[in-house]
Amino acid sequence: MTLSRRDFVAMLLGAPMAMACGRQRPAPLPDGELLTPGKAGGHRLRDATVGDVRVPDDRWLTTDVVVIGGGVAGLSAAWWLDRAGVRDLRVLELDRVPGGTAQAGASEVTPYPWGAHYVVTPLRHHRAMLALLEEMGALAGADEHGEPVVAEDLRVRELEERVFYLGRWYEGQYLQAGATAADRDQLARFRAEIDRWVGWRDGAGRRAFTLPASAASVDAAVTALDRISFAAWLGERGLDSSRLRWLCDYACRDDFGLLAADTSAWAGLAYFASRVARPGAEHQSVITWPDGNGAIVAHFTGRLGDRVLVDHAVADVRIADTLVEVIAHTPDGVRGVRARRAIVAVPGFIARRVVAPLRTGARPAHTVDRGAWAVANLHLDRRLRTRVGDAPLAWDNVLHDSPSLGYVVATHQRGREHGPTVLTWYYPFTGDGAAARKDLDGATREDWAEVALADLSRAHPDFRDRCRRVDVAYWGHGMPRPRVGAVFDPALAAARAPLGPIHMASSELSAVALFEEALDHGVRAADEVLAT
Amino acid sequence: MRPLPATLLYVNVVVVATCGLVYELLAATMGSYLLGDSVLQFSLVIGLYLSAMGVGAWVSRHVGGNLARRFIDVELAVALVGGLSAPILFLAFAEVQRFQVILLGFVFAIGALVGLELPLLMRILQNEVAFKDLVSRVLSLDYAGALLASILFPLVFVPELGLLRTSLVIGLGNALVGLWGTWLLADQIGRVTSLRIRAGAVIAILGVGLLFSTRLTTWSENRLYADEIVYAKTSPYQRIVVTRSPSGFQLFLNGNLQFASADEYRYHEALVHPAMVAATAAGHAPRRVLILGGGDGLAAREVLAHPSVEAVTLVDLDPAMTALARRFPPLAALNRQALSDPRLTVVNDDAMVWLRTSPGNWNVAIVDFPDPNGFGLGKLYTRNFYQLLAARLTPEGAIAVQATSPLFARKSFWCIVRTIRASGFTVAPYHVAVPSFGVWGFVLARRAAFSPPTTAPNVALRFLDGEAMAAMFRFPADMAEVDVEINQLDDQMLVRYYESEWRRWQ
Ligand SMILES: Cc1cc2nc3c(=O)[nH]c(=O)nc-3n(C[C@H](O)[C@H](O)[C@H](O)COP(=O)(O)OP(=O)(O)OC[C@H]3O[C@@H](n4cnc5c(N)ncnc54)[C@H](O)[C@@H]3O)c2cc1C
Repeated sequence: MTLSRRDFVAMLLGAPMAMACGRQRPAPLPDGELLTPGKAGGHRLRDATVGDVRVPDDRWLTTDVVVIGGGVAGLSAAWWLDRAGVRDLRVLELDRVPGGTAQAGASEVTPYPWGAHYVVTPLRHHRAMLALLEEMGALAGADEHGEPVVAEDLRVRELEERVFYLGRWYEGQYLQAGATAADRDQLARFRAEIDRWVGWRDGAGRRAFTLPASAASVDAAVTALDRISFAAWLGERGLDSSRLRWLCDYACRDDFGLLAADTSAWAGLAYFASRVARPGAEHQSVITWPDGNGAIVAHFTGRLGDRVLVDHAVADVRIADTLVEVIAHTPDGVRGVRARRAIVAVPGFIARRVVAPLRTGARPAHTVDRGAWAVANLHLDRRLRTRVGDAPLAWDNVLHDSPSLGYVVATHQRGREHGPTVLTWYYPFTGDGAAARKDLDGATREDWAEVALADLSRAHPDFRDRCRRVDVAYWGHGMPRPRVGAVFDPALAAARAPLGPIHMASSELSAVALFEEALDHGVRAADEVLAT
Repeated sequence: MRPLPATLLYVNVVVVATCGLVYELLAATMGSYLLGDSVLQFSLVIGLYLSAMGVGAWVSRHVGGNLARRFIDVELAVALVGGLSAPILFLAFAEVQRFQVILLGFVFAIGALVGLELPLLMRILQNEVAFKDLVSRVLSLDYAGALLASILFPLVFVPELGLLRTSLVIGLGNALVGLWGTWLLADQIGRVTSLRIRAGAVIAILGVGLLFSTRLTTWSENRLYADEIVYAKTSPYQRIVVTRSPSGFQLFLNGNLQFASADEYRYHEALVHPAMVAATAAGHAPRRVLILGGGDGLAAREVLAHPSVEAVTLVDLDPAMTALARRFPPLAALNRQALSDPRLTVVNDDAMVWLRTSPGNWNVAIVDFPDPNGFGLGKLYTRNFYQLLAARLTPEGAIAVQATSPLFARKSFWCIVRTIRASGFTVAPYHVAVPSFGVWGFVLARRAAFSPPTTAPNVALRFLDGEAMAAMFRFPADMAEVDVEINQLDDQMLVRYYESEWRRWQ
C-alpha cells in the first residue's frame, strides 16, 4: 500500500473528508486490531501443493458425512443432518472460529457482530427457518393469518432506524422531511408496484419473490426481471425521485453491496417484496441479537459440539472409489478425512481450487462476482451527545450522504440506554470486486480506523472523544452479488447439482448473500445426502 | 491631600449594609429550604449574624496601619465570602452531612467582616466629619441599607435571579464598589495597584462563578420552575431538580413533576396498598416486595409500613436519585429514612436489564416509572416487560403499576391496562385524585383471577380508608376504556399515544 492515510480516506469518503481530517493534526488513534478471517489457514493453503500431499495413516479419520466450510451454509447442513439423526459427521472450518461472515466478537460490555447481523421473520412456507427458530425458542405463536410470530424481545426494538441528513437525525430510513408532493407520489406508486408483486402468484400458486429464492416462481414474467437492472426498472416506470432512488440504492448496498444500477431488478424488488406477507401488510419483523447472526452460529455449534473442527484448511476434496477423501491443513500438520458423502459449503472461488472435479475441469466451475466489505467495531466509553429535536439513537443508524451504511448498536436489543457500548460500522465496496481488492488488500487497521472515525465524526462531533477502541474486519471476498443476470443464470443452477458423492452448499449458489439462502442450500444439500 | 469625598463614601455604607443583609437572608432561606424548620433557621441565622457583627466591631480596635487599605480588603473579603456563599452551600448540601455547620460558618464569617467594616469606615472619616454627624449618618444609612435589602431580596432578587445568582451578583456589586473605593481613597491608600489586582481577582472569581452557576441551573430553567430551585443536578441519566414552595417541596425529573410533598401521600398510598391488600387476600401478608423505579423512596415508605415485610429490593436506574433520597434531609424525612432501612436493598440498574437476570419469588411488585415519553421508558411498559415480571412473582403475587392519567391521556392509560392484560394478568385498573397531578391512574394485577380490594390495610394512612379503596376502582364515563393497541418492544404504540395526548394539554 503506497497511499498515505489521507489519500486512503479521500479514496473511500471523498476529498473534502480527507481535507477535514488533514487539517486537525492527526489525532492519535484508539487501540484496536485488524481481524483477518481465515488468514493463517489461507496461507497454509496457498503454500500447500495440492495432489501429492501424504497423510500419515494415523492422521486419517472416517466419518459418514464431512462438511467443508463452517459458515452458515455448512453449519446448517450439519445441523439439519443431526436433526435427522445423522450423528456421525464432521464440519471442517479453515478459520479459528466457526461462523464465516456471520461470526461475532465480544467485549466486557457486550457481544457484537463481525458481519451478518439480522434475519427476517419467515413466512410460513419457510419450514427450515421455522424449525430453527422453534429450536432456539424464538417463536411466540402465529398471527391471525397463520403467519409465524417471533418472540417480542428478538424483534428489533424501537427505534429501529434513523437517518442523518444535513446535520440532523430523522426517524425511519426514507427521508420524509422536506419531501415534495412529487416525491410522496412516487413513493406511493413504488409501494403500489411492490404490493402488486406481493400479491402476484403464478399458475402453481408460487410467489414472484421469496426468501429463500428457491421457492420463487420461474415464470417468464419473473425471470425477465433478472435481465434488467433495478435502476432501469425504476427508470421504465418514471420513478426518478432522488429520495426514492436513494432508498433503492441503500437497499441494494445494504443487502447486496451493489448500487441499484448494477443490481438485478429481481434482487432489488425481492428486498422489498419477499418480506411482506400480503399486499398492504407491514414488512415482516426484523430479528436481531446483540451478537447478530452470531447467536444462530452459537446455537448450531452448541448442538454440534466437538464435531466442528476449526483450523482445518481444506486443500483437496476428491472422489476415491465410493468414498470422498478430504485433505486439510491444520496447525499441527495435514489430516485426512474419509467420508461416504461430502458437502462443500465454501465460496465458489475456493471450491474451484479445492474440489477435484471442478479443478480438473470435469465440470466447468461457476463463480459469482463477490464484493469486498469493511466492518469496524467501535467501542465507546459512554453514549454520544444527542441534540434536542434529533431522533433518538436507533438500532440501525444510517448516514444519508456517505458511501458507508452507518452503524448498528450492539446494546440496543438488551435495552441499555446508558453507559458504554459498541457500534458496528459497515462499508460495502460497490464497484468492481477485483479492482477494490487490489486497492484495499494492503490497508492497515489504522487506515480503516481513520476512515470509520472520519465518517462517523460527521454525524457525531464528539465521536473521537468517546471512542476507546476500533477493531476492523476486512472481508475481501465478503459476499456474492446479484448482478444483472446472476440470479436465474442457468450456470448457477447447474453449479448446485452434486458431483457424485460431493454435494454443494454456500449462499453463493443463490447469488444473494442472505442467511436464508445459506440455510436453504445447507438444508438442500443435507436433504440430498439423506436421500442417498 | 484632597478632602475625602464623604458623600460618596456613604454610598459605600449603603452598599455594604445592603449586601450584608442579603447574604444573611440568603443563608436563612437556604437553611430553611434544605433543613425545613424555617423559624429555627431564621432565628439562628439572624442571631448569629448580629453577634458576629459584634465580634467584628470588637476586633476592629486591633486593626491598625493603613485603614483605607484594610477597609478595601475587608470589603473585598465580604464580596468573596458572601458572593460564593450560596453556590457553595448549594453544592454542599447534597454531599455533606454537616450542612448546618457550614451554613452557620458562612453566616458568622460574613457577619464578622461586615461588623469590622463600619468601625473602620468611621475611623477613616473621623477627621473629616463631626463625630455626631458621622455616627448619625453612618448608622442611619446602615439601617436604610438593611431596609433596602429586605425589600429587594424577596421582590426582585430571588424571583429574577434565583438564590445562586443573587449571591454571586451581590458579591460582584460588592467587589465593584470596593474597586471604586480604591479611587475614592486613593490618597489614603497610597500604592493602589496591588489592591486593584486583588479586586480584579475577586471580580474574576465571582464572574466565573456566575458562568458556572449557569451550568448548575440555567437562567431559563429558573424561569421554567414556578418555585425556587433548591437542588439541581444533571446525572448521566437525567436532570434532577428540587424546588421549594410555601406548601413544601417538589421533585422534577427532566422537567416533569414526580411528586409534591404536600399531596404525594395520596399518590403513594394509592400506588402501594391495593397490591399489598390483594396479595394478602390471596394468601398471606407480603414478605418480599420489589419496587421498580421509585428512587425517591416514597413508595418504599408505604411498603415498609407493613410489619409483614421482610425484604424490599428497590431498583432505580440513577444512583444520584437514590443518594438524594437517602441524604437530602427533607426528602429523607419525607420517606422516613426508607432507604436506610435494613430491610431494603438498593440496586442501581436499568429495571428491564436487571429483571432478566434477577431471582424471583416476589409477593408484591410496585412499578413506578416516569411516564413513557420516549422509547427508553416506553420499553418498561411493554408486554415483554410485564411477562418478565410475571415470571418472577409467587402464585399469590400482585403488582401495581403507575399508568399516567386516565383523564388527560386516556388512550395511554388503557394501552397500559391492555398490555398488562395481554401479558397474562387479570387486571383491575383504578384511579385517584392527586391535586398537583390531577386524576391519576394505576393498574392492579394478579396472574390469577381476583376481585379488587374493598378494605384498607391495617396500617396508619392519611387518605386510603375502606370506602376510598372501593371508590378508586370505579371509572366514570369520561375515563372509560377505549379501544387501543398494546405496547410491544418493536412497536411502541404507548409512546405514540402518549406523545399525541399530552401535546394537546401543553
Ligand atoms: C459484512 C457482511 C454483512 C452481512 N450482513 C448480513 C446480514 O445482516 N444478514 C444476512 O442475512 N446476511 C448478511 N451477510 C451475508 C452472509 O454472508 C450470509 O448471511 C451467510 O452468513 C453466508 O454464509 P455462507 O456459509 O454461505 O458463507 P461464509 O460465511 O462465507 O462461510 C464460508 C466458510 O467457509 C470457510 N472456508 C473457506 N475456505 C475454506 C477451506 N478451504 N477449508 C475450510 N473452510 C473454508 C470460511 O472460513 C467460512 O467460515 C453479510 C455478509 C457480510 C460480508
